[in-house]
Amino acid sequence: MQPVMPELAIHVSDLVVGFGRQTVLDHLSLDVRRGEILGLVGASGGGKSVLMRTIIGLIPRRGGEIEVMGQPIGGAGERSTQDAAARWGILFQQGALFSSLTVRQNIQFPLRENLVLSQGLMDEIATAKLEMVGLRAEDGGKFPSELSGGMTKRVALARALALDPAIVFLDEPTSGLDPIAAGDFDALIKTLQKTLGLTVFMVTHDLASLNTVCDRVAALADGKIVAIGPMRDLLQSEHPWVRAYFHGKRSQMLQPQIG
Amino acid sequence: MTSTPLLTATPIGDGLELRPGGSWTAANVTSMEALSESVMADLDRSKAVRLDMNGVRELDTLGAWLLEKLSRRAIAAGHLIEIVGVADNYAGLIDEVRQVNRHNPAPVRAPNPVLAKLGELGRSAMNATDDLAVFLQMLGSLFMALAGVLRRPRSLRITSLVYQLYKVGWQAIPIIVLITFLIGAIIAQQGFFHFRKFGAESYVVDMVGVLVLRELGVLIVAIMVAGRSGSAYTAELGSMKMREEIDALSTMGLDPIEVLILPRIVALICALPILSFIGSVAALYGGGLVAQFYGDMAPAIFIARLHEAISVTHFKVGIIKAPFMALVIGIVACSEGLRVKGSAESLGRQTTTSVVKSIFLVIVLDGLFAVFFASIGM
Repeated sequence: MQPVMPELAIHVSDLVVGFGRQTVLDHLSLDVRRGEILGLVGASGGGKSVLMRTIIGLIPRRGGEIEVMGQPIGGAGERSTQDAAARWGILFQQGALFSSLTVRQNIQFPLRENLVLSQGLMDEIATAKLEMVGLRAEDGGKFPSELSGGMTKRVALARALALDPAIVFLDEPTSGLDPIAAGDFDALIKTLQKTLGLTVFMVTHDLASLNTVCDRVAALADGKIVAIGPMRDLLQSEHPWVRAYFHGKRSQMLQPQIG
Repeated sequence: MTSTPLLTATPIGDGLELRPGGSWTAANVTSMEALSESVMADLDRSKAVRLDMNGVRELDTLGAWLLEKLSRRAIAAGHLIEIVGVADNYAGLIDEVRQVNRHNPAPVRAPNPVLAKLGELGRSAMNATDDLAVFLQMLGSLFMALAGVLRRPRSLRITSLVYQLYKVGWQAIPIIVLITFLIGAIIAQQGFFHFRKFGAESYVVDMVGVLVLRELGVLIVAIMVAGRSGSAYTAELGSMKMREEIDALSTMGLDPIEVLILPRIVALICALPILSFIGSVAALYGGGLVAQFYGDMAPAIFIARLHEAISVTHFKVGIIKAPFMALVIGIVACSEGLRVKGSAESLGRQTTTSVVKSIFLVIVLDGLFAVFFASIGM
């Protein structure tokens, strides 16, 4: 039996965020459904990461409401945000692994801080997570500085998944990976979403992963969500920026497959 | 939403039926672990096990793994196990968990403790020679860079040099003046307190003058600079190393020693004698104030005594040491900075090493100079 859960994983309404005189997000509203993979696209410097960081409470907002799994989000460190934090996992762009801990200790860190369990079980869980993201148990003893870019992303994903969160936020998960590794990573996210029932909020520029893994894509331009829907709908969108994004020279190469 | 996890074990003949129920999720891990421990004994005794998952309301990786562990234990003991009632939405998760933790890496064997200690000793001896080699290498490359700059004076980074002088020289003055002033005052106070017993108060001036100018002025200042500027050099260069900025410089055809390290060390070599001079004056001033207010010695008498007690030789002995100490501090700080590896911890360790090592070397150097000056009669 499924427990009662809110229908929307993330609910953002009328969000305003700015720095100094500049307004980055201007009365933005966005809903993410439970169990879907939402891709967020937007111009570089257009506020994609700002939106993600605001949702997870790292950046203060000027106005608007944010709810994650039905829980209102305040600033970083506030009670309500901390409660919500136990239910999300975040993959930062550079991995943000703790450099003085081994891979295994990095994965165990959220377990150790939030739960009371034996070291033996913690080791087994860490190995299980490592294997779930496609690494070997032997990699657990390595330090973050000894990992390649793709491995760093995988370990960061394993750490984000350590507590079996309901939502994972991925900030450009496939950037800096070769197409094969990026494809593997996409497949991995899709598999994990199916097996663990995750909701995935993914900031990405990778047209291939938008096309293959995302259930819906949201386009951010001028501080607002200008288009949202399945990839097919976005390709039909009349918005000039969205047209330029999906029908530009680089996107043309992917058109036959996408169409 | 979440409910307490349950695990009921019912013996059926020589078999066992396990019925997990409630929320088998990470939040309840403590009681889940206890529950699965509690049925282990029964599990080992039963020939056939039936795991009925109908009662499970919530399941996550942790819960699935604990249940999987139970079934693996039964299989390992050669018993039969039957799993029924898996909800569709958890089937994928259970299949996934069935794959993991299958081939554990061979456990690392703990080495013989005696051998480990011996190995550690050997390694630290090797490291000591390494340290010497690193020091000499940095000294050598520094002189190479210096020679290059002398051949082409335009390649000296004037802006960087002036900026470093400002940081390690000018900005250090207030704290150095304060510390040396206090040291001078304390020495004078102790001198008056103890010399008064045998009426030798006037010799306090000799003691303060000689001690400050020959030894303490430069030594205190060098230790302060090692802690203040040496650590900053190590941390700066270390984080540049971590962010591959130093590699970027070398790939642009620039010598990091010439661009980064030479200006820093030259700035230290210029600043330390000046700071020592300022520090010595502050210490003498502190001694003079104590003489006036604690030792009842008028400033005019203090200055006259000082004039008799010390000569330019004492001042020279102190100030000659300053550039050499600066060189040692700079080389240690910069070479430790370049030895930083990828992690934040390594940056902290190298910075500590840099300060400890440069203070140690400064004191050793001071001792060597004392022997040297004594033997040439200065």
